[in-house]
Amino acid sequence: MDRRDFLKTLAITGAAMAVQHSEAMDFLSQSVTGMNGEKIDLVAVMGSEPELMFRRAIEELGGMKRFVKPGQKVVIKPNIGWDKVPELAGNTNPKLVTEIIRQCFKAGAKEVTVFDHTCDDWQKCYKNSGIENAAKMAGAKIMPAHLESYYRPVSLPHGKVMKSAKIHEAILDSDVWINVPILKNHGGANMSIAMKNHMGIVWDRGYFHQHDLQQCIADICTLSPKATLNVVDAYRMMKTNGPRGRSVSDVVLTKTLFLSQDIVAVDTAATKFFNQVRDMPLDSVEYLANGQELKLGTMNLDKLNIKRIKL
Amino acid sequence: MLKKARICLAIIIFALITFCFLDFTETGNAHYYLSKIQFVPALLSSSLIILASLIILTLLLGRIYCSVICPMGIFQDIINWFAKKRKGKKRHFHYSPPRTLVRWGIVILCVLAFFSGLTVVIALLDPYSGFGRMMVNVFKPIYLSGNNLLANIFSSMGNYSFYRVNVALLSVPSFVIGICTFLLIGFLAWKYGRIWCNTLCPVGTILGFLSRFSLFKIRIDTEACNHCGVCSTKCKASCINNLEQKIDYSRCINCFDCLDDCRQHALSFTMPLRKTKQRQTSDESRRQFLIAGIATTTAVPNLMAKAKAVAASANGMKSDKRHNPITPPGSVSREHFLSHCTSCHLCVSKCPSHVLKPALMEYGIEGIMQPTVSFEKGFCNFDCTVCSDICPNGAILPLTKEQKHITQMGKVVFIKENCIVYRREKNCGACSEHCPTQAISMVPYKKGLTIPHVNTDICVGCGGCEYVCPAYPFRAVHIEGNTVQQKAKPFTEKKEEKIKVDDFGF
Repeated sequence: MDRRDFLKTLAITGAAMAVQHSEAMDFLSQSVTGMNGEKIDLVAVMGSEPELMFRRAIEELGGMKRFVKPGQKVVIKPNIGWDKVPELAGNTNPKLVTEIIRQCFKAGAKEVTVFDHTCDDWQKCYKNSGIENAAKMAGAKIMPAHLESYYRPVSLPHGKVMKSAKIHEAILDSDVWINVPILKNHGGANMSIAMKNHMGIVWDRGYFHQHDLQQCIADICTLSPKATLNVVDAYRMMKTNGPRGRSVSDVVLTKTLFLSQDIVAVDTAATKFFNQVRDMPLDSVEYLANGQELKLGTMNLDKLNIKRIKL
Repeated sequence: MLKKARICLAIIIFALITFCFLDFTETGNAHYYLSKIQFVPALLSSSLIILASLIILTLLLGRIYCSVICPMGIFQDIINWFAKKRKGKKRHFHYSPPRTLVRWGIVILCVLAFFSGLTVVIALLDPYSGFGRMMVNVFKPIYLSGNNLLANIFSSMGNYSFYRVNVALLSVPSFVIGICTFLLIGFLAWKYGRIWCNTLCPVGTILGFLSRFSLFKIRIDTEACNHCGVCSTKCKASCINNLEQKIDYSRCINCFDCLDDCRQHALSFTMPLRKTKQRQTSDESRRQFLIAGIATTTAVPNLMAKAKAVAASANGMKSDKRHNPITPPGSVSREHFLSHCTSCHLCVSKCPSHVLKPALMEYGIEGIMQPTVSFEKGFCNFDCTVCSDICPNGAILPLTKEQKHITQMGKVVFIKENCIVYRREKNCGACSEHCPTQAISMVPYKKGLTIPHVNTDICVGCGGCEYVCPAYPFRAVHIEGNTVQQKAKPFTEKKEEKIKVDDFGF
């Protein structure tokens, strides 16, 4: 190769590296520049249908293309834990799941997978929640999670009580994963939102209950790979008898959605939102403080740039 | 022609029944009626229409039930077919005299056993139940392993249309009895054709009594017959006496194998009547062997349980042993269930929550193999009524979803000393998470903790709490079975206040 070619090659590789480098920086940072250039930490939308609220919220953060690159394998982890229909607010709204899948494919994802380690019989949950159907119609793959053989052990060096866990292979083999919980009250942990949703990617949930539930919930969120986005479905929320719910009396139609990359912030915001319907002081949801201590995010919402939208 | 029709029908029915027992994908339930038309189940569930139909069928066409409907009969025919392929021209049957004393002795034994509460005797002798147990305990694990192999192959290529399932031996005695049934009846069929049907099977004996009076029979035209004896070499029921040109109709199972081979065309399946009779000795029971085996297999787990108890009581924990076994929801009472169930294990196979397993000693030794509810692998789904829909014996009576919601098969028991919230003062709440009625709910305890609180009135005994309780080595919640199933009070909801939220709250 002669000198000119060599210099040209150098220039091109240098430019390419510069471009890659800055994108990686965006990826790792907690905030994303919004439509008007300001950094937005959390988006809260209220007053419309799940798919429309998500569309608006993701636009505020710069579009799905900021989080999903062409050719990537994406995993969407909704809450499919219970054998309940969408009206009973036990699981994530299937319309929201459909929209997220659609956006992922639009951003160029090669493959989208949906799963959850359910509490009730997995086939009934997948079917009656409407999520299996919604995912298949949107072109995503549905994976089972009911046997230990689907999980691989991963160490959690930053965990205080839980130092390792068996994680579902879909998460470990993905390029990007999106955490999509539903906002619910919880009999044991007090609230079940984005951090608690991580219990659906592990094999042994019993360990959490045996060894300090509130600390283990924070510990599991130290997992790498981290969820790129947390989308909290509060279209319907469960105010009592959670996480399973007993009847439609436990459900409130709140038509809201929260979106953030900061898992502690989004859970704090959702808890404060919940507090308007039923008393829920932040210190009774101990895993929030535990998460903040492990540097997973911040509970101090005043420090953050929050976009509140009413449709 | 008749033989072909019989084979065709038999294969279809056999395939459907076998699929019914082996299938784990909950593919509809249209084929459950094939279990309900079996003789012993129809008798035990007092299904008069089915019984009447079977009796009329036998009085019209003889023991066609044994060739077309009974899965154990068709199983023996399949073994016969393999034997014929192997032995070829050397496969002859011979006429043998009927063993009437044995046959009727067994029927009387079954009746006496039933009325003294020992349904296990009928369970062991009923061909349908024996077939069911063979399928569920011996062949289903093989079928599931095959499925898992396929699932592994497909999922390694990224295709998830097959999913893996858990393969396990639910009960060692049931497995052993299943294997023994397979080997014994398989051997008898291989060597002697339908000797089980005509010597030991009580259904065969009863239907045989009726078929002596059937309208249509296989008859020998005594003038055309030249005593060549070909027909009796073909007869797998060993009932054609070619010397005297007589057929023992109490043993003819109407397989029609003999019709086409008679070169004189002396055999036909047509109208008028006849009779025969004889005697012999009886057998010894395999009970001794079973009892010895059971005694040893229960001794080891017993010792381990005692060791666990000693260790735990040192910690202040209390045993969570269930004192009253739980019978499936819809079984009315322990007494009703045990007197009607012949352990065909159809419910064990079909339970989507894997909650039913064959009992070991829970019902005493006379209740061995009869299904009991266990929460080791799952908990009873609140809306599910599969076992009550499919039980062909009427041991588990049908329930609607609404009735199931208030059927209390057991009551929850909370042992505070074992509870993680009490012992370690950490949040848990796993039990209440799974409770469909919130019979176990979390109430404020101390320092921001919540502890379980129990209301047995609304508890249905589904076992969600027991299944999931992480306390070790003894659980803090378990279900005690109701000897007679009760009606739970339906839970009441407070009046709904319309809640409107129009702000974010932060």
